[in-house]
Amino acid sequence: MRNIWTIAKREFNNYFSSPVAYTVAFLILAIIGVVFVLNILAFSSNPFGMADAPDSRMITAPLAFMLMLAIPALTMRLLADEIRMGTMELLMTAPLRDYELVVGKWLGAFLFVLVVIGISLVFPFMLNSMVAPGIDQMQMVSGYLGVILAAAALLGLGTAISAIFENQIAAFFSTLVLFVILWWLIGAPANILPSGGEVFSYLDMSAQLYNNFNEGIIKLSSVLYFLSLVSLGLFVGSTAVEIRRWR
Amino acid sequence: MIRTTDLSKNFGERRAVDGLNFEARQGEILGFLGPNGAGKTTTMRMLTGYMPPTSGTATVAGFDVVKESIDVRRRVGYLPETVPLYTDMTVYDYLKFMADLRHLPNGGNAVDETLEMVGLSDRASGYIRNLSKGMRQRVGLAQALLHKPEVLILDEPTIGLDPAQIIEVRNLIREIGKERTVLLSTHILSEAQAICNRILIINKGKIVVEDTPENLQSRLAGAQRVYLRVRGEADELAGKIRLIKGIQEVNLAQQGDGAMEFQFAPGKDLRPEVARLAIEQKYDLLEMRPINLSLEEIFLELTRSEGSAEAENIPTKTREN
Repeated sequence: MRNIWTIAKREFNNYFSSPVAYTVAFLILAIIGVVFVLNILAFSSNPFGMADAPDSRMITAPLAFMLMLAIPALTMRLLADEIRMGTMELLMTAPLRDYELVVGKWLGAFLFVLVVIGISLVFPFMLNSMVAPGIDQMQMVSGYLGVILAAAALLGLGTAISAIFENQIAAFFSTLVLFVILWWLIGAPANILPSGGEVFSYLDMSAQLYNNFNEGIIKLSSVLYFLSLVSLGLFVGSTAVEIRRWR
Repeated sequence: MIRTTDLSKNFGERRAVDGLNFEARQGEILGFLGPNGAGKTTTMRMLTGYMPPTSGTATVAGFDVVKESIDVRRRVGYLPETVPLYTDMTVYDYLKFMADLRHLPNGGNAVDETLEMVGLSDRASGYIRNLSKGMRQRVGLAQALLHKPEVLILDEPTIGLDPAQIIEVRNLIREIGKERTVLLSTHILSEAQAICNRILIINKGKIVVEDTPENLQSRLAGAQRVYLRVRGEADELAGKIRLIKGIQEVNLAQQGDGAMEFQFAPGKDLRPEVARLAIEQKYDLLEMRPINLSLEEIFLELTRSEGSAEAENIPTKTREN
């Protein structure tokens, strides 16, 4: 546990000395801000035309999407960079188990993303003060829980891919493609197959987010979906580090 | 402290380390000497738990390198060949990070002490990316020494250092080697002779020779070769030197520049006689120095003398100067 924390702490601090992290954080928050302002303008210029009251979905939906696009950039160097710089030899000969290294890396990135998600909370608070009698706060909590779980899962998968590659760009692109599959493609067979389509709609990450968490529905099966992706990523990552020793 | 039994490592078809058996005791500095690609780094990587052996076993500080890898790693300080540094960290932060990974109870103090030891106290707050190669090497060494390990494994610790730094690092290693076990690799014979209590020469993954530096020196002195240069033509002098009893071979290096190499059997040093002869013959003696064998020649020499004892008297191959 202590080793995981040591690795995570270094990784977390490392983000704050890297321009990639600042750029990513700034762009995510800027896009959400723009979407937020546009939504507010739409509501205020057309107060009677809209059936729904504004709610936190206008923040959590673009936030999840932006994180899906940004996380490959945050995870690509996690282990790939250590391999390239030769510091992997240092970590692999330190009294540290392979899974502790991988989990620590994931945790460091997760904490950084939590900071970004935390900053985005200013938008729901602003929204809450703009509308009477305030937004549905439980829906907001549910939406944010979904975003956090999705970020954890995506970071887990990104960490695993970073452990496989020595080249950051290769890691970045593979991660992005995997996310695209999970986000858009994997749910498609559900509409075509005569039977068994439930498996694919269960695996569809955007459906899990937008149909459940964002609507204020927290299902145990959805939580398990994200947690299993986290474990899968961390397991594959640890195995990739272990395999590196044997070749 | 270190003991290997038939330690071997294959990379695909290639056998990088082939059945190494050796031992290093406490308070001993063991030198791994060999050309590049001899299997030095691979052996060290197996001993530090970086990669498991294909076959054979090794114990470090009493723990098996495969089954009790974490226990081994706790007790070993390792400086890899390419010094692994986070260039975007300060020297202090980097060492503190390593101290935390090693669970040092008083991490900050250990870092300060070690920085003092390697002479980097004044650079503690500087970024590693701004350090010279020699200083980076010292940061790497500091990282290996941080937890006062029982066993220190150093892969080419003096490579890239300037002469003054080499002397400093050698003194440091000698000091550490008094109480702990040090295994270091080098491809410089004189370096191994200068610091090690025992030298292990390996080539193509196998131990060629294992001996003390003193014994090794006398084994290598199968024949002493000397370079000699006088002013002007030296053909006549070369002929006269050939007549001295005990001289085995005289080779004129080049027509007209007065340089030659001669060789005599071990036991009696014939240099004074040659010098006297040159002066008596009214030659201006410009230079006379022993020729040290290159590593390649040592391997030739050693592998040959291992093979057949009577081959030892065959003169070494002529060296191009």
